[in-house]
Amino acid sequence: MDILVCMKQVPDTETKIVINPEGTGIVTDGIKYVMNPYDEFAVEEALKIKEKMGGTVTIVSMGPQRATEAIRTALAMGADKGVHLCDDAFEGADSYSTAKALAAAIKPLSYDIILGGKQAVDHDNAQVYAALAELLDISHVSIVTQLDVAEDGKSAVAQREVEGGAREVIEVSLPAFIACQKGLNEPRYASLPGIMKAKKKPIDVIDLAKSGLSADEVGEKGAKLKIRKFFLPPEREAGKILEGEPEELATQLVKLLREEAKAI
Amino acid sequence: MEENRIRENQMAEQIAGPDELYFNEEHGMLRQTVKDFVTKEINAHLDEWEAKGESPLHDLFKKMGDLGLLGIRYDEAYGGQGLDYWYELVFLEELAHIEGLGLPVAIAVQTHMATPAIAEFGSDYLKQTYLRPALAGDMVTSIAVTEPGAGSDVSALATTAKRDGDTYVINGSKTFITNGTQADFLTLLARTSEKPGYHSFSLFVVPTDLPGFEVSKKLDKLGMRSSDTAELFFDDLRIPVENLIGEEGEGFIYQMRQFQHERYSVLPSAYITTMDMINMTVDYLRQRIVFGKPLIKQQVLRHRLAEWLTEIECIKQFTYHIVRMKSAGLDATREITMGKLKAARLFQEIAQGCLQMYGGMGFMNETLISRYYRDSRVFSVGGGADEVMCEVIGKLEGF
Ligand SMILES: Cc1cc2nc3c(=O)[nH]c(=O)nc-3n(C[C@H](O)[C@H](O)[C@H](O)COP(=O)(O)OP(=O)(O)OC[C@H]3O[C@@H](n4cnc5c(N)ncnc54)[C@H](O)[C@@H]3O)c2cc1C
Ligand SMILES: Cc1cc2nc3c(=O)[nH]c(=O)nc-3n(C[C@H](O)[C@H](O)[C@H](O)COP(=O)(O)OP(=O)(O)OC[C@H]3O[C@@H](n4cnc5c(N)ncnc54)[C@H](O)[C@@H]3O)c2cc1C
Repeated sequence: MDILVCMKQVPDTETKIVINPEGTGIVTDGIKYVMNPYDEFAVEEALKIKEKMGGTVTIVSMGPQRATEAIRTALAMGADKGVHLCDDAFEGADSYSTAKALAAAIKPLSYDIILGGKQAVDHDNAQVYAALAELLDISHVSIVTQLDVAEDGKSAVAQREVEGGAREVIEVSLPAFIACQKGLNEPRYASLPGIMKAKKKPIDVIDLAKSGLSADEVGEKGAKLKIRKFFLPPEREAGKILEGEPEELATQLVKLLREEAKAI
Repeated sequence: MEENRIRENQMAEQIAGPDELYFNEEHGMLRQTVKDFVTKEINAHLDEWEAKGESPLHDLFKKMGDLGLLGIRYDEAYGGQGLDYWYELVFLEELAHIEGLGLPVAIAVQTHMATPAIAEFGSDYLKQTYLRPALAGDMVTSIAVTEPGAGSDVSALATTAKRDGDTYVINGSKTFITNGTQADFLTLLARTSEKPGYHSFSLFVVPTDLPGFEVSKKLDKLGMRSSDTAELFFDDLRIPVENLIGEEGEGFIYQMRQFQHERYSVLPSAYITTMDMINMTVDYLRQRIVFGKPLIKQQVLRHRLAEWLTEIECIKQFTYHIVRMKSAGLDATREITMGKLKAARLFQEIAQGCLQMYGGMGFMNETLISRYYRDSRVFSVGGGADEVMCEVIGKLEGF
């Protein structure tokens, strides 16, 4: 099986997000970046499929220079090679222009299945996989919590999470894009020997020219969506403690819920 | 002017922070692995293990061995990684984020206290039979030096190993032995001659599944409660002569060398764990309103914090200096001894100072700082008391 994993490097989930004064983005100074947590499930699943069926795992990532760190981490976990879409022209992309660039990098590759996270935890759009599947003209299954690839590698059965904890079982012919959800597996740690080996694994860097796309199709220019402003939710105010007899308290509470919180 | 500024900006772009002066991308990945491991496999279970009085070392060490974490500097021929002191330091630094000293010490016994002498002086047989499984996490180890009648004065130890044909027969007892209730083998120092002086001792590998071995008591401790500590008893325990490490009569010298690894291994806690304590305390001070304003606004508290940060930076840089000395093959006994002394003192000062800043909450077991406070006592005694460190420094200075 030739397995591809679409992976994004995102700010560490522990980061305290600060918006820049212009409101055009976040302050990136001092931010630590990590592999998107949902993509970790995708890498792990890819490695499990490879261990069972043989083949190769290729990591495909679009991002600035620093994204190589996350690609190396995936290589240290056991992936075989990386493809890094890296060019100033790719910056400021939305889901659509991201999918466009990824599709260009993926088209020349041979693949039987593509895995990725159900969403990246930075912009939380959860749209790249659908757009990418469309551009590649393959199916996609989203929010997958269990995956079984058929022995012949031609189809897979995936379980999707739906409302109320129910599961939907979908059989899909391959190649298809599988968007992974928490619960699918327990991602392995990059072992120390794995880390040392990752240094020597190849990462193919694809710039705009190599992607075969024009500058208008990718990054901010190719985006369908313009972000007008970033702002943080207002700081939560300290809670109120009501005092008094239970009956009084109930009256007070109802009053506050109605008049202040406007919840009822 | 302009040119200078551009150059400075370029420098700043190449180096994201001071840590990049010492650590590269692979170090960064190792850091992430150990960090995730500590969060998920250790800190998540620590309350339970503290309450139980021990941690599942076999399970934990196996997982660490599989990740190649237990033998970072050891020879690849025995399952080590053959890497340098900086990789090992990254590992120790991340272990220092464990929320309490029980496991950092238990793990360091395996990597820095019970195995260095086997690696350095042991035969190929001992390395294959004991070092390899220890690095793989298949065997848990202990270092057995201290006895009821011999702690600071190691040369007073009374456990004997008498040669009898192809075996040594061991009699005596050891106490305060970390990992002692779970160990598969001990690296044990015993007396092999009645003659006075330092050449009457030998270091052995002692498997604990042999007749004559007994865990006579599991000890109940003030702190480090997630680490088990035992009193051990040896009654005519026979080990093959192959289990002698290096040469007979040289054990004391080997152990003094081994102590250097042990003492070095505690240094990162003095600038990592202490920072964790300070960070959590500052979070508390920011939101705790006393006398109408957040406690962090009290100058006396801010100054105290500032002084600790200054000392933390000093011990961190001192540790990096020691790593450079070790990497260059220099003898760092003097610096390690000073570092251990300072680390022990600073750790205690900050633990007790932070506890104070928490007010009554600090005295409650639900507040993590109380665990650090209880655990903080260990470094001033374990691995050699502060006074013993001072004795060593004084002797090296020729006082
Ligand atoms: C939690 C814990 C874990 C341990 N784990 C291990 C282990 O795994 N293996 C092992 O072998 N040992 C272990 N030890 C033992 C440790 O190494 C000894 O406790 C330590 O060396 C001190 O010896 P002692 O307890 O016999 O104190 P003593 O030698 O009785 O000394 C008592 C005190 O006297 C003072 N003192 C001693 N000598 C001098 C001097 N020359 N001048 C001035 N003052 C002096 C010091 O303040 C010292 O604390 C452990 C101890 C603890 C607390
Ligand atoms: C075991 C125990 C039993 C107790 N029993 C009782 C009891 O029976 N009845 C009762 O009423 N209370 C009791 N207390 C509460 C005790 O009196 C308070 O904990 C104490 O007054 C400190 O108040 P606090 O905990 O709110 O700390 P905070 O007021 O929050 O202060 C936290 C820390 O900030 C620092 N700090 C505070 N003010 C300043 C300042 N102006 N400048 C610089 N630093 C400052 C100090 O280091 C202090 O420790 C008990 C506490 C304990 C631990």
